[in-house]
Amino acid sequence: MERIDTYPTHKYKGFNLRPGRPIPFGATIVPGGINFSIFSSHATGCELVLFKKREPKPFATIPFPDAFRIGNVFTMIVFDLDYENIEYGYYMDGPFDPQKGHRFDKQKVLMDPYAKVIGGRDVWGEEPDWDDIYQHRARIVFDDFDWQGDKPLEVPMEDLIIYEMHVRGFTCHKSSGVKHPGTFAAIREKIPYLKKLGINCIEIMPVHEFDEFENSRPSPVSGEKLMNYWGYSNVGFYAPKAGYAATGRFGMQVDELKTTIKDLHTNGIEVILDVVFNHTAEGNEEGPYISYKGVDNKTYYILTHDGYYYNFSGCGNTLNCNNPIVRGMILDCLRYWASAYHIDGFRFDLASILGRDQNGAPMNSPPLIESLAFDPILGKCKLIAEAWDAGGLYQVGSFPGWGRWAEWNGKYRDDIRKFLKGEAGLVGAMGQRIQGSPDLYRWHESGACTSINFITCHDGFTLKDSVSYNGKHNEANGEDNRDGNNDNDSWNCGWEGETDDVEINRLRRKQIKNAVSILLVSRGVPMILSGDEMGNTQFGNNNAYCQDNELSWLDWDDLKKNKEIFNFVKSTIAFRKAHPVLRNKTYFQDRDSAESGYPEISWHGTKPWDADWSDSSRTIAFMFCGKQAKQGKGNDDFIYTAINMDWNMHSFELPEIPEQLKWYIVVNTDVEPPEDIWGAGKEKEIENQFEVSVGPRSVMILIGKKSN
Amino acid sequence: METNFSINYENKVVKVTLSGSLDAKRAPALADEIKKLIGKDIEKIVFFAKDLEYISSAGLRVIIFSKQKIGIDIKLYMVGATEGVLDVIKMSGIDNIMEITDTYEE
Repeated sequence: MERIDTYPTHKYKGFNLRPGRPIPFGATIVPGGINFSIFSSHATGCELVLFKKREPKPFATIPFPDAFRIGNVFTMIVFDLDYENIEYGYYMDGPFDPQKGHRFDKQKVLMDPYAKVIGGRDVWGEEPDWDDIYQHRARIVFDDFDWQGDKPLEVPMEDLIIYEMHVRGFTCHKSSGVKHPGTFAAIREKIPYLKKLGINCIEIMPVHEFDEFENSRPSPVSGEKLMNYWGYSNVGFYAPKAGYAATGRFGMQVDELKTTIKDLHTNGIEVILDVVFNHTAEGNEEGPYISYKGVDNKTYYILTHDGYYYNFSGCGNTLNCNNPIVRGMILDCLRYWASAYHIDGFRFDLASILGRDQNGAPMNSPPLIESLAFDPILGKCKLIAEAWDAGGLYQVGSFPGWGRWAEWNGKYRDDIRKFLKGEAGLVGAMGQRIQGSPDLYRWHESGACTSINFITCHDGFTLKDSVSYNGKHNEANGEDNRDGNNDNDSWNCGWEGETDDVEINRLRRKQIKNAVSILLVSRGVPMILSGDEMGNTQFGNNNAYCQDNELSWLDWDDLKKNKEIFNFVKSTIAFRKAHPVLRNKTYFQDRDSAESGYPEISWHGTKPWDADWSDSSRTIAFMFCGKQAKQGKGNDDFIYTAINMDWNMHSFELPEIPEQLKWYIVVNTDVEPPEDIWGAGKEKEIENQFEVSVGPRSVMILIGKKSN
Repeated sequence: METNFSINYENKVVKVTLSGSLDAKRAPALADEIKKLIGKDIEKIVFFAKDLEYISSAGLRVIIFSKQKIGIDIKLYMVGATEGVLDVIKMSGIDNIMEITDTYEE
């Protein structure tokens, strides 16, 4: 006999009901029916609204009987629903009193904040029916995916090489050669490429459901439709973006994303999600009702004393992250992604907002950040903060991380860029950045791994553009070039934009290689912007958030055009992976724990052991002692790097190494390929073992080892 | 309910021949038929899909459902599926739980 745990106790217009279970929030399949549970501390009543998939009008509205409300949670089991084919929402009743923070409107169908599948924008760019009363439609998720033994990879932080990418931009261009451009499935097709490049982690720009039509408008330059392309504006935190799935039209986005993650894991590649908990797509008082605003405005948003929205995000509203309820929602959400999708880590957009209190003031020990740091389910997840916000809080080096959080190191980006373009007075800063920024993170338990080192990211110039443009060129965004960062620390090498000038192009290629070399020999965790490895350009646009077109999409033909760059990036990544001494996570402690006779890292100049730290200096050299790899337990080679950002050539006398070892050249950005980089085991022994000439604006990397 | 499949159980093998669309309208009937096989001695379920033109999420769920309900050790086959159908099966990862072949030999 089959045991029955739950059975209907109530009836309403032919629907069989029973009081539900308040936890978990959201819609959950239970034996015989669906358990609906939603929180609102200020609503006076709630109705469940049921639609057949994609139908304009609901087929049922079921009020929650008073007996079905526990505390501030409305909860109900509805039996015998054809849950594969329904969409659900809520009507919330309550006061409309904006001054007190309440904006209830019983006429609006509201999406469940815990919706795990969201319909309405099933195919990217397909114009929605704007008359639809329910634009973003919650659906029921199935938990029947077979992971076949997969689990998050738990790659040690110090071994990570992150590749920041946009799902659509990665393969949307016709040159990508994939079957379903711009989708999760297409990333799967490109796994062999990612492996060839050698990265072991992709950080994907927002994949939570968002509305690509939010604020869409024609471009004043091309007339083309500008979209919410980047997606930093959440509709729902729990649902993957349907329009990013080739199977979105079938409602199979959950399966497609999981399959993609599983295959990435099988190939040794982790997945970090870029998550946006600082605001939602509901904008300010002028914005639409999607969910939170109508469910419990005062709980979900930080409001001024007279009920207006604080705008620390620069996007109209600010999520009330340190309200205990919202905190719970965020924690539940990340736990869900970590467990249901095997996500390896999260990068938090404008993470400093997560540390503001309910009045918007920065807190000393923000409970949300602490909860995430110590959460058992997130225990092995990477947590990375973009440690600033649009309200002026800048916490690089001071983000409260409890030894668990890493940070996007904005200072690394700025200092390296300035040094690369030949600014003086930066040698001291370079010393810090190359060591993993101990000036910022010495007090952090995770040491150098706290620093996510990057020179470029989605926000700002691509690497190619940072050596091709002095200023931003964002006219196509339709904001008279006012948007986007003005402090790019870029240098066009003598001509603004594309040019046929052979010398300028040669210098640009060299500068790209210089940047890549420095990034991959620095301690900390390197992050590469997708496309930089093939010389991708956005033609000087440093804020392509709305450009869903060839400006943003990677042109895979660049791989052929810029084979030299790809080969250089690939080989430098391989070099980093082969040499653990580059990845030590503890800071130099001025101790020779391996009894090698050499410090772990030593600083040099044109004379060995004599670095020029003066303000006018543009040269620096440093040597890692291989015996000090893996905190003194490894056995690596000596690695010597000379950086000359002066416009004249300089000779660097080399430090002496044990006599059985010889210096071999790995990288010389001053020479043309194939001699710009030498693969493992093929490094070229240098003739003069005592001195090298480093060309103008060039980087040279040597290894000291026994013969090949 | 409208059906567009035939199902046959013989010698520990279930043969399901699909045609037209396996969508939200038609998938529940197939799921009901498969439910009837729960508890029987089954080694293989073979879906003949040469004439299947379209499969929706509900149809795909029936395939997953077959494996879960009949038994984790049974073998699933998808025979002769068109490119369009196969594409959806592959992208959603369901190809991991079944063997995809052009033809089927007894």
